[in-house]
Amino acid sequence: MDYFLELFLGGLTRGSIYALIALGYTMVYGIIELINFAHGEIYMIGAFTALIVISVLTLMGMNTVAILVIAGVIAVIYSSAYGYTVEKIAYKPLRNAPRLSALISAIGMSLFLQNYVLLAQTSDFLPFPNLVPDFEFMEPYAHIIGSTEIVILLTTAVVMVLLTFLIKFTTIGKAMRAASQDKTMAMLVGINVNRVISVTFVVGSATAAIGGVLIASHVGMINFYIGFIAGIKAFVAAVLGGIGSIPGAVLGSFILGWTESFATGYVSSDYEDVFAFLFLVLILIFRPSGILGRTEKNKV
Amino acid sequence: MKRCYGKACITAIAVVCALILMTSAGIAADVIKLGVAGAHSGDLASYGIPSVKAAELVVKDINAKGGVLGREVVLLVEDDVCKPEVATNTATKLLSQGVDVVMGHICSGATKAALAIYKAENIICMSPSATNPPLTQSGDYPNFYRTIASDDAQARLEVDYAINVLKAKKIAVLHDKGDYGKGLAEFAKAFIEKDSRAEVVLYEGVTPGAVDYSAVVQKIKRFKADAVIFGGYHPEASKIVMQMRKKRMDTAFISDDGVKDDTFIKVAGAYAEGVYATGPKDTSKNPLAIAATEAHRKAYGSDPGAFFLNAYAATQALLNAIEKAGSTDYEKVSQALKTEYVETPLGRIKFDERGDAIGIGFSIYQVKGGVYIEVR
Repeated sequence: MDYFLELFLGGLTRGSIYALIALGYTMVYGIIELINFAHGEIYMIGAFTALIVISVLTLMGMNTVAILVIAGVIAVIYSSAYGYTVEKIAYKPLRNAPRLSALISAIGMSLFLQNYVLLAQTSDFLPFPNLVPDFEFMEPYAHIIGSTEIVILLTTAVVMVLLTFLIKFTTIGKAMRAASQDKTMAMLVGINVNRVISVTFVVGSATAAIGGVLIASHVGMINFYIGFIAGIKAFVAAVLGGIGSIPGAVLGSFILGWTESFATGYVSSDYEDVFAFLFLVLILIFRPSGILGRTEKNKV
Repeated sequence: MKRCYGKACITAIAVVCALILMTSAGIAADVIKLGVAGAHSGDLASYGIPSVKAAELVVKDINAKGGVLGREVVLLVEDDVCKPEVATNTATKLLSQGVDVVMGHICSGATKAALAIYKAENIICMSPSATNPPLTQSGDYPNFYRTIASDDAQARLEVDYAINVLKAKKIAVLHDKGDYGKGLAEFAKAFIEKDSRAEVVLYEGVTPGAVDYSAVVQKIKRFKADAVIFGGYHPEASKIVMQMRKKRMDTAFISDDGVKDDTFIKVAGAYAEGVYATGPKDTSKNPLAIAATEAHRKAYGSDPGAFFLNAYAATQALLNAIEKAGSTDYEKVSQALKTEYVETPLGRIKFDERGDAIGIGFSIYQVKGGVYIEVR
């Protein structure tokens, strides 16, 4: 039973990280129907920014919890700025172009950002300090779940609640929902759709940056390539849950995390990815638009 | 006078003829022919040419000191372009020139093709670079020796260390699904299975670059492994080690020279402490290695290339064995190779029953205080 619980919590942690990244994919897709392949890179930039800030603040001798919070905030701001700029440079000029053009632009942006970090920073793996202290009250359970994992789970939960609040109860959230349903109609009733799209990119990038900081301090290392695999997995999770649907992205991420964890735990880690993608294929056969995706009849 | 001149002429011719015959007989008896075979042209020439230079340097040295058994050593250099089909011709050509021993070939495939031909003629062949394990382990080529560790030597060392020193009974073998890591893990698994004192409780590949490895780490714990043997490189190794330590597991972690890298220590930090890794023996402080490298610089004006020291050691070992055996007789030289130690740039070596060098290869290192320290 302990073993099951450990795998369950491991999968939940992994799923939380996927969820933080998948939210960005699904929100952007929900509004402009673009798969933003540069999203994984925003996650990676978030982690790098945090690492730089942490190095500087540690030299200044600050308290670790304060460092973690400040680094997180700066990473979020910096990544959001990247998300905003990427949208303005790479996607906005292509708003009315065929969807394939924007997709190619997204892939180009992803390659550009990866290589930019490679050149500006390093190709080596860099150690990422573990800033979450070991909680004393957790010590008897440390073999089951570590304090970093708890922080990841709590942060994800808080981000989810805030995001739900933002979308359900604020004016900009209402505008987002309107723009995702019908952009032209939203414009006609006086919603600044360009602004809505920018806000979507900023929010998506912010959650990805939080994911980047958390996972980097969990596994303790980063390099310029970490965004690629995490981005692909989060994309799979978003599709699994139904791309365009926010609860779907979260559900899909947890399902993916658990599938990987249990497949490794009870079968073999050789087949970790096989099971993850097998699950995706099965769900898409029976529910082509994903678990919680809406079926839209008027679009191809 | 005329007749007399004719007589003298005939005598002179006879003398010259006799002299020529005598000298050619003298050459046949008075030199030792050392064949040097390998890739000396083509794509892989950079692997073969350093061994020719090594042989030249050693032979020049030995001839200057009076040769072997008082006889001069001459080199017969033949190219095999690293191709098995060419290597058989190379071997035949060397044999037709009356070669006594062969230092080569370079590539495992070419070596294997040539070995059958040498074996039929009882010629000893010593490679500085062919690492394919079956060359020695199959027992098919009793005439084969090498001054490089075989591909499975690291796995052997890791398993021996885990079982004999760490007394591990349950061992988890992991790899990164790559050619290098998986190949090594397969050898390790096979070695553990042959040993009745320990068992493989887990044999799995992890996905390189995955977000985390917590599930695999839980699995290691579930199977109560005493030691983990990992085949692969440092990014995966450091993730696995860090997660094991964070889960409060003190399971021993043993890995290969893909992990014996300072980046591993830099990334894993304090968690790297106590990790074992195998790596090539350190020869940089061996005075003979320093001297050989210096001689190469002086003679050729550049730093030596790949397998230079291995070839240097092989040439020394072969010539030393002939000296000790007192002849170039196959049985006697084989005996000498297996019993007589020789000082080489790679250390003090002799050969085991299968033809692998004892004293060459890998050492176990352990991370202590942030650096890899050789475990003795």
